[in-house]
Amino acid sequence: MVLKGIGASPGIAIGKVLLKKDPELKIEKRVKDNTEEEIIRLKKAKEKSKKQINELYEHTLNTIGEEEAKIFEAHGMILDDPEFFGQVEEKIKTEKVNVEYALKEVTDIIVKVFENMDNEYMKERAADIKDVSNRVIRILLGVEITDISKLEEEVIIVAEDLTPSDTAQIDKEKVLGFITEIGGKTAHSAIMARTLEIPAVVGVEGITSKVEDGDIVIFDGDEGEVIIRPEEKKLEEYKNKKEKFESFRKRLEELKGAKSVTKDGIEVELVANIGTPKDVDGILRNDAVGVGLYRTEFLYMDRDQLPTEEEQFEAYKEVAERLEGKPVVIRTLDIGGDKELPYLELPKEMNPFLGYRAIRLCLDRTDIFKPQLRALLRASTHGDIKIMFPMISSIEELRQAKAVLEEVKEDLRKENIKFNEEIEVGIMVEIPAVAVLSDQFAKEVDFFSIGTNDLIQYTTAVDRGNRQISHLYNQFHPALLTLVKTVIENGHKAGIWVGMCGEVAGDPKLIPILIGMGLEEFSMSPISILKARWIIKNITQQEMKEMAEKVINLPTAEEVEKFIDDNIKIDYI
Amino acid sequence: MYKVEVELKNETGLHARPASLFVKEASKFLSDVKIIKDEKKYIAKSIVGILSMGAVKGTKLTIVAEGEDEKEAVEALKALVDTNFGE
Repeated sequence: MVLKGIGASPGIAIGKVLLKKDPELKIEKRVKDNTEEEIIRLKKAKEKSKKQINELYEHTLNTIGEEEAKIFEAHGMILDDPEFFGQVEEKIKTEKVNVEYALKEVTDIIVKVFENMDNEYMKERAADIKDVSNRVIRILLGVEITDISKLEEEVIIVAEDLTPSDTAQIDKEKVLGFITEIGGKTAHSAIMARTLEIPAVVGVEGITSKVEDGDIVIFDGDEGEVIIRPEEKKLEEYKNKKEKFESFRKRLEELKGAKSVTKDGIEVELVANIGTPKDVDGILRNDAVGVGLYRTEFLYMDRDQLPTEEEQFEAYKEVAERLEGKPVVIRTLDIGGDKELPYLELPKEMNPFLGYRAIRLCLDRTDIFKPQLRALLRASTHGDIKIMFPMISSIEELRQAKAVLEEVKEDLRKENIKFNEEIEVGIMVEIPAVAVLSDQFAKEVDFFSIGTNDLIQYTTAVDRGNRQISHLYNQFHPALLTLVKTVIENGHKAGIWVGMCGEVAGDPKLIPILIGMGLEEFSMSPISILKARWIIKNITQQEMKEMAEKVINLPTAEEVEKFIDDNIKIDYI
Repeated sequence: MYKVEVELKNETGLHARPASLFVKEASKFLSDVKIIKDEKKYIAKSIVGILSMGAVKGTKLTIVAEGEDEKEAVEALKALVDTNFGE
């Protein structure tokens, strides 16, 4: 049987299932006249919980890290909370009920309050409160859950979902990988799998009722494919695939520190996309040589008001300093479209992707735009920061944005605040109009970065979030390739550098074509860097130039992809 | 009883890190410490209570303590607020 989920952490796992199905906590309301006794039971269960939480804290601190261990410090605080447990004791005394019932009732009320707050942080705390409360209730009821901290043999964990308490106990030596029913790529469990570097697939509906303990499963953490009780032939096939994957992973490790240079000596820059200063860890781990796209909107999201200039300055400075002089391209606020900020109270639009967003909003709201530019300029003395404007559609807008930047520079000069006078300013090329007119734009900027996600969407008029038409969204579309080629050529004619951020820059099939077109900077997610370097080291620009000229003359996306598959062979071993 | 009025001037208000710092500091004292916001009382030693208060930048709060170290407790918490929790 084959099931499909979302690949959350790469790698192939083959092994026996350990089904982690936690028993449902059945809580009955019972009348208790001896309330003293109930309160003593609560105290004892809390003591035991405290011990478990402290052990989890120590374990996580030693095996994963301080940041991840902090969650258990928070659990400890919740367990010591006088308000929370004060309410529970109060309920036991006044209503003369059993402790399990009182605890559940109080938890439900508090969790609801937290979940209803319009704030991601508070919602996470609701999950923590539930986690702690369930721990105490399990102890009270004497319910055991599958212990995954002391495993005898190697297993693949299959579960509905994994809580922070669960992932903290995962022993990398014994857990080959895990499969969960719920969650997406950004769920807690998926993030932890990547941190631990074990394969994982999430969002596999129905898996917990389709396997039993000891069943053999195979899964592919890239493709998201799960094969239950495979035939001998399949098993052999995947064993080979796994071996290849692992030896290739080792070869990639050896590329750390190497230059990204083609066989005929053309060197390009492989840089990474980040959203927060924390993502710099991934950059350093995967040996990217800079940041090609810093999405600043995360600084503005999940909060009640705009970030101050100071907060932004600190974030930009931290990234610039940790990159130690390597380039950091920072994109100014790109909000609107699918990314909303509730506190700006923007009106709902019929066509948000064609509406009031990104630079359009910033030019209108200089009270938002200027503090960001000030923070960027001030941070520019701490590293090699470059400023990039998103969603530019006309020369007028570019000139206007540059004029605002000049005003801010002038203010800083008056205040005797230092910044990099030579700071590079570029634009994201993501609207077809700009690609077509890129010869004109090239005269007025220091660089281009082609944003392919939106460029495909706007060129083909396909909403990339609409599943009914998602087959029309295709990175091999010849129109896209033609626009990309135009932008690169026009950039080079004017003597400026051209890069690309967006999924295409990390696409193994298109990297050779982009090399052939002369692209100089590739910005992708950090985990794709070493594989891209491998591809580049195995091709020549001369040959790819010929390939690029041929594909650009093909009429359909399907033919483009087929041509690449047939003619560009790269060994991944 | 000892009390003082303060205003939150830090960006995050009593959320996230500042909230846990506040609770940790309050828990160091023996006195019974409470926060009054909009005439409602919250236990200062409770992370759940402090978070559910939803105090943002600009909120005015009264810190009240009763017990043998009431003055020290209130002053220590006031100092934490006045220094913007080290933000």
